[in-house]
Amino acid sequence: MEDIEHFAKQMKLIDADGRRLDGRKFNELRPIRLEAGVLRRADGSAYMEWGGNKVLAAVYGPREAHPRHLQDPARALVQCRYNMAPFSVSDRKRPGPDRRSVEISKVISEAFSSVVFAEQFPRTSVDIFIEVLQADAGTRCAGLTAASVALADAGVPMRDLVASCASGKIDGVVCLDLNKDEDNFGDADCPTAVVPRTGEIVLLQMDGHLTSDEFEKAMDLSIDAARRIYDLQRDALRRRYSVTLEDILKESPPVQSPMQPEGRLPSEDDFGPEGI
Amino acid sequence: MQGSGSLRPIVIPGEAVGGPGLKPGPGTYSEGGQLFAAQLGIRNEHDGLVSVIPLSGRYLPQRGDAVIGEVVDIGPSHWLLDINSPYPAPLHGTESPWRVEFGDTARYLKVGDVIMCHVLSVDEIKRVQLTMQEREARKLNGGILMEVSPTKVPRVIGKQGSMVSLIKDLTRCQIYVGQNGRIWLDGDDRSTALAAMAIRLIEERAQAVGLTEAVRELIERAAKEPRPS
Repeated sequence: MEDIEHFAKQMKLIDADGRRLDGRKFNELRPIRLEAGVLRRADGSAYMEWGGNKVLAAVYGPREAHPRHLQDPARALVQCRYNMAPFSVSDRKRPGPDRRSVEISKVISEAFSSVVFAEQFPRTSVDIFIEVLQADAGTRCAGLTAASVALADAGVPMRDLVASCASGKIDGVVCLDLNKDEDNFGDADCPTAVVPRTGEIVLLQMDGHLTSDEFEKAMDLSIDAARRIYDLQRDALRRRYSVTLEDILKESPPVQSPMQPEGRLPSEDDFGPEGI
Repeated sequence: MQGSGSLRPIVIPGEAVGGPGLKPGPGTYSEGGQLFAAQLGIRNEHDGLVSVIPLSGRYLPQRGDAVIGEVVDIGPSHWLLDINSPYPAPLHGTESPWRVEFGDTARYLKVGDVIMCHVLSVDEIKRVQLTMQEREARKLNGGILMEVSPTKVPRVIGKQGSMVSLIKDLTRCQIYVGQNGRIWLDGDDRSTALAAMAIRLIEERAQAVGLTEAVRELIERAAKEPRPS
């Protein structure tokens, strides 16, 4: 019989210069593209490309929770469904929830429960849908990051955005943001999600083994990367809302009205709920 | 980010919006003496009260709001209305303008009927009650119903109702605007279409400066076009 134990050891995941299979250094992220407000029907949405991952997130609500017996008279439910498309992986994934996606849905909804102001919407539910269109390791982090942007896009009140990134160990070296090969043939993978403003950790899982020193190092890498991802999330939201604002001005340059001299900033009342 | 001239920058949940000495208003929260945005929107400060005016989000009923509701269910002494919020809103028979006998509710309002009413009360667990005991309240017959984002309603109404009365004057339409983002229009076909177009323009360009003038121009230009006979 073949000795599969030795397969991983023959493969060099990280070379002598500290370059990985895709040429990254140990602390480099894969290229990320993030866009907010991509779906018309959802209250909020986001699309993310993270290396080889392609993830779509949609948010509905707060809306009436169904079935009724699940309603909580004190707060809103934060429900999440993480789903992988059958074509998202190289072997066709059998559609439907399985052990893995049920677990991921649960940990993601718990991560969001700790930032959403659920007490403001008793008896309702905030539904988050994460669809993985293409997977390349780190989909739960990508899904969570995209869903967080979708939540903000939906206008759901929350304490902060949640940013997420994984780090792990390949060939004995602690590295940030493993790709598929590194995840499959590496030694450990440790997805983390943080609330960047306070540094709270809202999701932490580990597959494989890390010593306590390695774990500390992995956490430092993840948290630092989460802050970079946080900036990308904020950028995506600003782009979405500033674009509409700029388009507005492009299409209808400010009309000179006797009440508003040119160059004057709109007063406080211009945006406020006006007297009726 | 720069607020490109006449626009104010948007704030994102978790962003600092004020320090000690300021009070947290709607859309914000305080932690350790600092204020942070809880919602995506535009920062607003008034008399030391900081609030964030949301740019998106669902309608949450508040006492006194004028809303347009659709009857979705009928009970023996009440109607259940959909007011475009996460909560179902009952209108009790005694809160209607009619003397309703027990079990006779269907005589006055049927499923699918649309009414203009007010929010009578909202309690701490967000149980909503509606009332029709106000001057404006009525059953809306005919006309068309459109929906805009509830965050755009103040723009549709304008200061002291300036925007909505402008559209009413120029199109000679009857218009009711509900705080829940539902707008009911009635008039002849052409003017209803014109008013609907104007409202869509407001929704699209809610943050633009000189919106009232843009709306006036749109309607006047459209009105000048030859009428299709």
